[in-house]
Amino acid sequence: MFKKTGIAALAALTLSAGGAWAAGAEAHVEDIAFSFEGPFGKFDQNQLQRGLKVYTQVCSACHGLQYVPLRTLGDEGGPHLPGDQVRAFASQFEVFDKELDDTRPAIPADHFPGSALENAPDLSLMAKKRAGFHGPYGSGLSQLFNGMGGPEYIYSLMTGYHEAPECAPEDFPGSYNAAFAAGGYPESCKDDHGGHTVPGSWISMGQPLWGDDVEFDDGTEATLEQSAEDVAAFLMWTAEPKMMARQHAGLVGVIFLTLLSVLLYLTNKRIWAPIKGKKTH
Amino acid sequence: MSGIPHDHYEPKTNGEKWLHSRLPIVGLLYDTIMIPTPKNLNWMWIWGIVLTFCLALQIVTGIVLAMHYTPQVDMAFASIEHIMRNVNGGHFIRYLHMNGASLFFVAVYLHIFRGLYYGSYKAPREITWIIGMLIYLAMMGTAFMGYVLPWGQMSFWGATVITGLFGAIPFIGESIQTWLLGGPAVGNATLNRFFSLHYLLPFVIAALVALHIWAFHTTGNNNPTGVDVRRSSKAEADKDTVSFWPYFVIKDLFALAVILVVFFAIVGFMPNYLGHPDNYIEANPLVTPAHIVPEWYFLPFYAILRAFTADVWVVMFASWITGGIVDAKFFGVLAMFGAIAVMALAPWLDTSSVRSGRYRPMFKWWFWLLAIDFVVLMWVGAMPAEPPYSTISLIASAYWFAYFLVILPLLGVIEKPEAQPATIEDDFDAHYGKAETPAE
Repeated sequence: MFKKTGIAALAALTLSAGGAWAAGAEAHVEDIAFSFEGPFGKFDQNQLQRGLKVYTQVCSACHGLQYVPLRTLGDEGGPHLPGDQVRAFASQFEVFDKELDDTRPAIPADHFPGSALENAPDLSLMAKKRAGFHGPYGSGLSQLFNGMGGPEYIYSLMTGYHEAPECAPEDFPGSYNAAFAAGGYPESCKDDHGGHTVPGSWISMGQPLWGDDVEFDDGTEATLEQSAEDVAAFLMWTAEPKMMARQHAGLVGVIFLTLLSVLLYLTNKRIWAPIKGKKTH
Repeated sequence: MSGIPHDHYEPKTNGEKWLHSRLPIVGLLYDTIMIPTPKNLNWMWIWGIVLTFCLALQIVTGIVLAMHYTPQVDMAFASIEHIMRNVNGGHFIRYLHMNGASLFFVAVYLHIFRGLYYGSYKAPREITWIIGMLIYLAMMGTAFMGYVLPWGQMSFWGATVITGLFGAIPFIGESIQTWLLGGPAVGNATLNRFFSLHYLLPFVIAALVALHIWAFHTTGNNNPTGVDVRRSSKAEADKDTVSFWPYFVIKDLFALAVILVVFFAIVGFMPNYLGHPDNYIEANPLVTPAHIVPEWYFLPFYAILRAFTADVWVVMFASWITGGIVDAKFFGVLAMFGAIAVMALAPWLDTSSVRSGRYRPMFKWWFWLLAIDFVVLMWVGAMPAEPPYSTISLIASAYWFAYFLVILPLLGVIEKPEAQPATIEDDFDAHYGKAETPAE
């Protein structure tokens, strides 16, 4: 009977996940089957390299990655660039050096620069801080069962720019985005009860990706969807670079503890047998 | 130490005798680990070991994290990212610590509800129960201050809201709040003292745990029947008990290993599931999050805090009778701490002569309603404070108090308990049949 309570408690505690983007947000978020989902998921190295290119050529004009050390671009499990490429990549950024009291080209030991535009949020943790948009009041269930999270949100945001709906005044500030829940919303698009008649809201960032924005080195066609998926995967890596190591450690833990459980179960059964009036052999 | 007769440690070699006459520490450990334990304990008696493990896990991972963490408002958030990215194994240690708090509270809630069902709080174990409640309070303080340290949005605003509760105390509230925060608002002084106390309190908890164990080793464990172990002779006691080592150590370790399989799966595969995504946004005093939600383990009491709004008649009455000193905010604070206080008073509020809920036909229903009530409070605590949730949380909060203040005292009088087994041995043999050879 107590076990049931435990399960109910566990189900209830998931309710705390999510929240900020949940209440009243009727935004549309697409579910994408990313390669890194699930307990055995892995980052796709080619995809991360494509996403890096999208970030560098498009996003980095305004957004920074201040928590990401440039050297980690060479890490296994990440984009895994060769050392000379990491150095070449790093040198395109200018960083301020306190000791020189001047700027100099970045080296792999430096971090990516912060955001160039004051109001553009840093993207280092975007895939983690936008993980909680799900379901009614952020029950976390679509996260649990579909693995939907921040990367899906980023993809949906990139592909969510549409023609503004007719209900909105033409001079309403921002761009209409079907996946963005936290932006401005015109009164003329609300129904009598204040409910939203069109999904999403108006975001101050103009549409960044249109398709064919970059040319991928591996020959993949840079459609809008492809670029959005790749940059979402790359930002997931920047937010959680140790994901594969963590899943590996978790799996090793699960396997060894399962083995230990079996051994302890057998030991327990054996030592209790005489107490419980059972034969030991 | 124990009142149940059992064999004590006898030093055999000269070296053992030499140490024993100077410091009987081996004897103390022997008596602790060999304590006669009722042999009919069920799987709900494993949470003590799980909780001990959690405390050790949190202290060990916490000490490592403290080596790399910087308690300074401009650097705290970045130092967590440094741990996640640059410290060897730092990402895993941090996720263990983060989710370890959740496991700690899952275990403590099941441990408390086990005590409530089997009447473990009743005489002669009142002191064990009270110390347990103090541990629980210290755990809440530690967890709350720990959650502030990553200096994310929920850290900052959670700290602002919770310390604001103390500001609701009439006359002296604002001074207390300023004293807690080290300034007029949550800032660098707050972060520093929370870090200091977050490091200190676990060791206070460890000391309280030692007292908790000492107390119930003095009275002996409760058991699912609530019937006392026979103590007139060692031979009789042996029929009701087995020694803690190896019987319950192995059983508890088996349960712990199974629980850790689930725990490692969560840490490895979905470590952020129980957390709030907003805490990956650095604290910003100028931007208030849309919903400030505490961690899941605080939700039931958070729901009670918010349930008593100014339009509830008890609140209006309290305000009227005190001439406005007790307003809705202060009433909510009193209700939240009162909810834990009434639970701590359970040993004196429960008037039944029967200890275990197993033999109390009416009590059972009210108990399970309380368990459901707890889950409902947890759910409603995560919801926005608007209809219908405000009504649900008010009803659920009212039941929490009614259970301890009205139902427990009344049941003891009106309830006709069922027959209890005469001895623990009878209960055990009814399950397993008589042992061929008595356990030695």
